[in-house]
This record gives sequence, structure tokens and C-alpha cells, in this order.
Amino acid sequence: MQNTQPSRLSLLHGISQKPDLSWPLVFSVFLRNLKVFSKTWVATIMFNFVEPLLYLWAMGFGLGVYVTQIQGLSYLDFLAPGLIASSAMFATTYEMTYGSFTRMGHQKVFHGMVATPVSMDDVLMGEILYGTFKGLLYGFVFFTVVVLFGIAKSPLALLAIIPLFFMSAVFSIISLVWTAIAPNYDSFGYFFTLFISPMFLFAGIFFPIDNLPPAIQFLPAMTPLYHAVEVIRPLILGKVYWGMLIHLAWLVALTLVTIRLPLVMVKNKLIK
Amino acid sequence: MEFAIEAKKLTKRFGHFTAVNEIDFSVKYGECFGLLGPNGAGKTSTVKMIYGFSPVTSGKLEVLGMDIMTNARDAKSLLGIVSQEDNLDPELTVRENLLVYAGYFRLDRKTARTRADEILSFMGLEDKANDVVENLSGGLKRRLTIGRALINDPGILILDEPTTGLDPHARRLVWQRLRQLKEEGTTMLLTTHYLEEASQLCDRLIIMHHGEILEQGTPAELVQKHVGRDAVEIGFTQKQKIPAELVNRFLNWGGPLVKSHQVLGTDLIIFTQQGEFLSAKLRKQAAVAKIPLAYQNLRPATLEDVFLKLTGEYLDAPDGKGRELE
Repeated sequence: MQNTQPSRLSLLHGISQKPDLSWPLVFSVFLRNLKVFSKTWVATIMFNFVEPLLYLWAMGFGLGVYVTQIQGLSYLDFLAPGLIASSAMFATTYEMTYGSFTRMGHQKVFHGMVATPVSMDDVLMGEILYGTFKGLLYGFVFFTVVVLFGIAKSPLALLAIIPLFFMSAVFSIISLVWTAIAPNYDSFGYFFTLFISPMFLFAGIFFPIDNLPPAIQFLPAMTPLYHAVEVIRPLILGKVYWGMLIHLAWLVALTLVTIRLPLVMVKNKLIK
Repeated sequence: MEFAIEAKKLTKRFGHFTAVNEIDFSVKYGECFGLLGPNGAGKTSTVKMIYGFSPVTSGKLEVLGMDIMTNARDAKSLLGIVSQEDNLDPELTVRENLLVYAGYFRLDRKTARTRADEILSFMGLEDKANDVVENLSGGLKRRLTIGRALINDPGILILDEPTTGLDPHARRLVWQRLRQLKEEGTTMLLTTHYLEEASQLCDRLIIMHHGEILEQGTPAELVQKHVGRDAVEIGFTQKQKIPAELVNRFLNWGGPLVKSHQVLGTDLIIFTQQGEFLSAKLRKQAAVAKIPLAYQNLRPATLEDVFLKLTGEYLDAPDGKGRELE
């Protein structure tokens, strides 16, 4: 590895090389984050859990009274499965932006880790694993709410963990890519305002994307949230069909295609 | 493996800027080796290459007989690293920090606990074992950082400015621990811009400046070779720079007793082996010649004088900390 001239593209330097991974050490990085999380989990879970619950109430029970049916479903049934996905999305993206940026920058925790046999690739893979875990956890918490409200109609609902896993992995990756190029905390405002909030509003959680003007329907169709919702909703409601697999395949493919990016970008950002 | 660390023509460039320029040095087993120099001299760049954080631009660098570039994981498993900035896990307790770190070295649970207890007692942190790190003072954090670097019983302990930013008391506590480790035979590589630290701890050192090695040797050798035993400081009453002709008069009076000299603003510092004699002689001559002196001071020569002599600059000039510690 020779030192290259600094440029924007140099963040992608080494992308074609095989990552230097040791899975036991990846796991020890994950455990470290879990250990820190275990100190504050009650407070943070409540914080992330109350918000989708409020949406469920406001939209499902409030607004939903005026909506008779969407795609043959009551509004509550239509909405609730999507909120499982968005709950996971917010948990993952917050953790992998503000959280990772703090560990990487201010706390220099990454630096401490790579002063041991842990490689920077291990650190990033551990972060992705942790971000994915948080998505799954918060998704699961909201899933129990959905079950308690009697919205889950089939044991197949438990399989929602599969699309949730890949969606959280994709959001971990995308967030870490943003974190790698973010100069400061303020720049995460753009990330949430430009990408995450519009996704939440327009990617098929509150209404089908068919209701959007045809010319822009491709936009939500490109988002991981849309594909996750399209798999999770039929699973929760027990109305599965083969076509769902295309959405799942899309999530898997997006994970595999992008996973090398944050590893190489954060490494190039931190190691000069 | 003859040396614990061996560097040949070691170079680090950032774009067009050369931070470390073809330096050669080697660290023997069991010694404390110092990299001394001001901020920006290339010390940290050198150290970051040694512990595999920063890629070597060119040259050879062997750490414990391994090429750090191709064998980073194995080499790093045998190093203990105390970086310049604290990078502890602030939300975890002191003990948890040690245990989590042990996990990165894949120590088993029992060994990790035993090591953690040993380290807590060695670093005097037993009382703080269950305190959350972000509430600790700077001195305690540093001690924990050093303790954490010992978790894997390292072959080489690498310390990048271990006491920068600490108050004198906390600094002394750290020095005591490091000296104890040295006595137990731990190989250490230490960067510092505190001359006192270098003279207290280092067996051998190199002085770096602008990415190059200016000089190397034991602290005592360097003092002897460049400045002799004593320094006679003469302060003139002139507001401006002292005229060269005046300096020459004093040097002539000193004659063969003058080993070397340095002009610093309105001060003239003369280095010599026989400070008392020279000091008295100069005072007498100045009185005879009716040259008013603001002050005259005799003190032992230090590494800082060596540095000053070699570069014409003060170490760490902005805050003058190197000076205040004399």
C-alpha cells in the first residue's frame, strides 16, 4: 500500500482488495458496542419505541377512521407492518451516523481498537453488525406491539426477521458511507432531511407508492425501506406470495454490492 | 532478531509533505529508547508506522523481527500502545475497559480477569476499578491507558507522549510506573518533548527535527558532546539583539574553556566543562571592561541545551513547557 495523493476519490482507494477480516475479532468489536449499549438500553429503547407507537395511534386510530380500505386492508393493518421497518431504520441510521461518528472521531475508540490485533476492517464490520443488531432489536420491539394489537395474523410473521436483517444491514452500510464523508455532526441533518425522512414518508409505509405520480414512482422503488416493507407486510398479515422474493433478493443484493464501501472509506478517512 | 525494532531509510510522506525522511535507528531489547523533538518533528508519524496504524511510504521497518506492513496482526498482538490522545471507552468502567481490551487480544476470560487485577494494582487504580472512565481525571485516564496497553504482556511498550497535558504530580506518578516497568526489563519506545522525561527514562535517544535525525546517543553523552557539563547564562542590558562584537569579546575571555555557545535574544549562553571558574572569570572581565550585565546564572547543561544548540530553536517554544521543567 503506497500513500496516494489526497483527493476525494482516494476514499475508495483499495476497494478492489480483499478485506482483512478476522471474524472472532469482528465479534469482539460487536461485543464492545453491545456492552456500552447494555448500560443505557432501557432509556434508549423507550426513546426509539415511543415514536412509532405515537404514529400508530395518530395515523392508525386517528386518521385511519376516515380511511376505509387500502389494498383491501384496514388502515391499521396496512400501516403497522411498515412501522416495524421504519422503527428499525431509525434505530440503525441514528446509531451508524451519530453513534459511529462519535466512536470514530471524538472518542477515538476505533483508534484504540486498531492498536490491537483488530484491523480497521474488523472494526467496521463489527459496526455494521452492531447497526444491524440494533435495527433488529427495535424492529422486534415494535413487532411485539403489533402482535399485542392483534395485527399479526400468521406465525409467518416471525420470518419478518429476514427482510429486517438485510434492510438494517443496508442502512448500516449507507449510514457509515455518509459518516465516512461527513465533516461534522451538522452534516447528519442533511442525511436525515434529504434521505431518511422522505423515505419514511413516501416509501410505502403510509400509502402505496402507486398513489405517487407515475414519473417519480421509481424513486421510492429504489429505496431499501420500500422493498423491506413490501416483504414484511405480507408476512405479518399472512398473505405471502412468490413475488415477495424479488424484494428480498433486492435487499440481499444491495447488501452484498455495498458492504465493501464503508470498510474502505472509513479506513481511508482515518488512516493516512 | 537482534533488535526489537529496526528501521532503515524509513520514510513517511503525506502527499508532497515528507514527515519522516529516510531515518535509521534500532531499539535493543530491554532498553527504553526515546524519540525527542518538538511538535511536528515526525515522532508521532514514526510511532504510528511502528504500530502498524500508518502505512510505511518506503524503507524497511521490522518490529520484533516481523515486517509490520505484511504481518500487522501478529506484530500488533505483541505490542502495547499508548497513543498520544486518550482513546479509552468513556462509557465503561475502568475494569471493563481492561476486559474489553483483553477481548481484542483474544485472552480467555480467566486470564483477562487475572491480568486486569494485576494491572489495577500495579497502576494504583484498585479504588477506581468500578468508576466510569469519563468521570476520571486526566492523570487517572493516562494511567489506565498505560495499564490497558499492558494487558497482553507486550514485548514492546510504545508510548507516544505519555505525559503531555498532565500536571507535574500526575506526570511523576506515570514516570515512576514506567521506570518500574523498565527495571522489570520491558522494552520501551517513548516519544516526548519533555527533556526531563527523556533524561529520566531513556537509555538512548534520537533527536528528531523536520523528519530527520539530528543526533543520537545516551542523554549524558549528548549533553557532554554538545554542550559540556555547565551552562553560563549571561543577560545583557541591550534591548535589541546583542552585537556580534560583544559576543566575541566574551568568547575570547573564555578562551579554551568555551565548548560552544548560543545567542538567544539578549542572552548569551556559554557551554563549558568548568562552569564555576568560567563564570567567575567572565564576571571579573565584564566589570573591568565596564559592561553592565542584567544577570548572570550558572546551571547544569541539559538536553534542552543540546536541542537548542542543534537547531537554534527552543523545544515546544509556544508554551515553553520544556523550559519550565528544568
